[in-house]
Amino acid sequence: MSGGMKTIEIEVLRYIPEDEEQPYHQTFVVPYTDDMSVLQGLQHIKDEIDGTLSYRWSCRMAICGSCGMMINGVPKLACSTFLRDYPGKVRVEALNHFPIERDLVIEMDDFVDKLERIKPYIIEKAPKPLSEGEHLQTPAQVEAYEQFSACINCLLCYAACPQYGLNPKFLGPAATALLHRYNMDSRDQGSAERMPHAHDEDGVFNCTAVGYCSEVCPKKVDPANAVNINKSESAKDYFLRFIAPRGAPKGAAE
Amino acid sequence: METFKTDVAIVGAGGAGLRAAIAVAEADPALKIALISKVYPMRSHTVAAEGGSAGVVQAHDSLDHHFHDTVAGGDWLCEQDVVDYFVAHCTEEMVQLEHWGCPWSRKPDGHINVRAFGGMKIERTWFAADKTGFHMLHTLFQTSIKYPSIQRFDEHFCVELLVEDGRARGVVAIDIASGQFRMIEAKAVVIATGGAGRVFRENTNGGIVTGDGMALAFRKGVPLRDMEFVQYHPTCMPGTGLLFTEACRGEGGLLVNKDGYRYLQDYGLGPATPKPVNKAMELGPRDRLSQAFWYEQQKGRTLEGVHGSYVHLDLRHLGEAYLRERLPQIYEMAEEFLGVDPAKQPIPVRPAVHYTMGGIQVDGRCAAPLKGLYAAGECASVGIHGANRLGSNSLAELGVFGKVAGEEAARFARDHASPASGLESQANAVEQRIRERLHKSDGKERIGTLRKEMAATMEQGCGIYRTGEAMQATCDKLAELKERFADIRLDDKTSVFNTERLMAIELEYQLDVAQAMAHSAIQRRESRGAHQRLDGFTERDDANFLKHSIATYRPGAAPSIGYQEVKITRLPPGIRAYGAAGAAAEKAEAERKANQGVKA
Repeated sequence: MSGGMKTIEIEVLRYIPEDEEQPYHQTFVVPYTDDMSVLQGLQHIKDEIDGTLSYRWSCRMAICGSCGMMINGVPKLACSTFLRDYPGKVRVEALNHFPIERDLVIEMDDFVDKLERIKPYIIEKAPKPLSEGEHLQTPAQVEAYEQFSACINCLLCYAACPQYGLNPKFLGPAATALLHRYNMDSRDQGSAERMPHAHDEDGVFNCTAVGYCSEVCPKKVDPANAVNINKSESAKDYFLRFIAPRGAPKGAAE
Repeated sequence: METFKTDVAIVGAGGAGLRAAIAVAEADPALKIALISKVYPMRSHTVAAEGGSAGVVQAHDSLDHHFHDTVAGGDWLCEQDVVDYFVAHCTEEMVQLEHWGCPWSRKPDGHINVRAFGGMKIERTWFAADKTGFHMLHTLFQTSIKYPSIQRFDEHFCVELLVEDGRARGVVAIDIASGQFRMIEAKAVVIATGGAGRVFRENTNGGIVTGDGMALAFRKGVPLRDMEFVQYHPTCMPGTGLLFTEACRGEGGLLVNKDGYRYLQDYGLGPATPKPVNKAMELGPRDRLSQAFWYEQQKGRTLEGVHGSYVHLDLRHLGEAYLRERLPQIYEMAEEFLGVDPAKQPIPVRPAVHYTMGGIQVDGRCAAPLKGLYAAGECASVGIHGANRLGSNSLAELGVFGKVAGEEAARFARDHASPASGLESQANAVEQRIRERLHKSDGKERIGTLRKEMAATMEQGCGIYRTGEAMQATCDKLAELKERFADIRLDDKTSVFNTERLMAIELEYQLDVAQAMAHSAIQRRESRGAHQRLDGFTERDDANFLKHSIATYRPGAAPSIGYQEVKITRLPPGIRAYGAAGAAAEKAEAERKANQGVKA
């Protein structure tokens, strides 16, 4: 490294289950330039200083969703957060509210289970044959769900959500946003199968409308909005059950 | 060792792997599928594809045009029968993705919209803003969840392709979370692990793109085909190599040098019409645009920054509102990573490695020469990319050939029993070999150092322009790095999420793949597509090199290089021209055909 290079202290929360019983903090001094991301700082540590440091990463461009972590206590993607914004020192820890697998790697099975549960795919009563071509969807109809389809599953919103911290069974922001994404899609007829997940005891009413999930979302998905829309939809659904014999008719939830 | 038995094992869960898994599930719901990936599926590198996916939809377009753009774009090194199958099935696959929920961008009337792309006669690129790969991947992943026969092995890292009696029989994988080895025994295996761009220094690829599947097959005697053809994408971020999609130019973006001059007109791509027209200027093919950059650099007409030379991608005239609609991710990347507002300032760009045209040799039905083995996507060489891939064809390939690979693997699994085997002892030997070697790794070479030296030598020897001397130096350096690998030092001796161990195995894969690239390259004494030489072999040489290169693994030695005929069905090799010259050549060709018609 050239003599004129600036350095920064990167303090990392370490946890190696086979070696230590408790997580501990370890500080590394890393040379950096102004265009270096926190991820590049971690890569320097792994390549040059300590090969045992573990973290997930891949695309480097904030789309694969791998490198979510707490950076100075805020959930962020390490690849699009820059060392220059943390003069002198930055603290990096595994995402809040998840069990730590190792160092900065969290266990994400819980989210994947929730994603699978909400049936994140188009459900059509009578699927259209391919030979009939595409469904028509106006730009306005695309806009109704597009924002919620932008979720990269990075889990920053779960790390931001105080209610998920208290009740890990809570469906939580991203899974609710994706549930809403399919419900809002004009090609889909599956909302009746998904809504029970929104309004059961671990559904949207766990949310206390803090809104921090949307604040930390790197893709402007606004999961808090999805949760809140579904609070009123769930309430409607609940009351409609007394009127319509088999729950809310299709369309009532849209 | 914990063992799982399945019918079809699929290695890799990006676009091609997921599409293959769904195809198996739909072909026969009784077949068991193991979908194995070293990451969670939505992290796969398909996620980073931006611009779009090809499929003929417009009335004035045709399959013939798509065929011609692909074959001429590939400098005639394409399997023409396979290209015909491909172009005939792209649109159906795009419609299939639409039915599965992909949020394709639409026209006001609700129909699919398409955009222009480089090297393409008529606009046929389906797009979902500039996150097409992301949306295709998430659509496929989320759709795959509805098939109960797909059993996922997320974060399982494959270390061996099991072969018995001349047949692929499964894989050995490390469960990354626990560090335990697992055997997945199968009747058929599909490899869909993506490309190998990370063997180069400046590249657009994610960290996971390390050629794993190519190396797994290669080591078992399956040839790698056309590995010297590595695509440099012309518009990438200096330093990191992050991609600014070709759609920037499809939407009207311009490339200018330090004098604000649209330099592409000096390289047979003009005339410089104010808005780029199809197959000219900024809408020329990727290889030609990257080569033009190299010449501008030689002439001292590029700008200079901390990460080397660059030119400007100018989007300012498109305006903020349009850019936010059509290129929202590009807009954010320029702002976040470069501090550039593309509506107000041009974006600094330079070429970076993007795509491996070559890969595991397979036939038009995705079958490798090894019985029971199939491959699809970037890891495979099914024969549609030739010497230079046409933009938008790789995403379409994931759908079309992911499906073919899945259907063929399903058929093979149904038709072939699972014989009693000695696979378990083979798998145990693999585990023992890897454990012993990596636990005794107290040498002096750091993985990171070897990896950086590999990437630097690949860039020096196998970059945009090549010479025999530089390629030889790269071949020698790769041999040296393989020797030094025997003396690696690993800090991490633990089991749980030991990524250093995985990086060491990846580096070994990369060195094998890099050797296949460099040795294929040095043997090709001509210039074609992405393989351009400066040392006396500056022209295409159809008499000697209208052939696929075939790299075959040799344990402890450099690969041997042989050749295979190219399947030419209906478009004989011609002049590959763009801009005004291309238009003139097309006109002459049309007249020739018309005259033939009169005579007949």
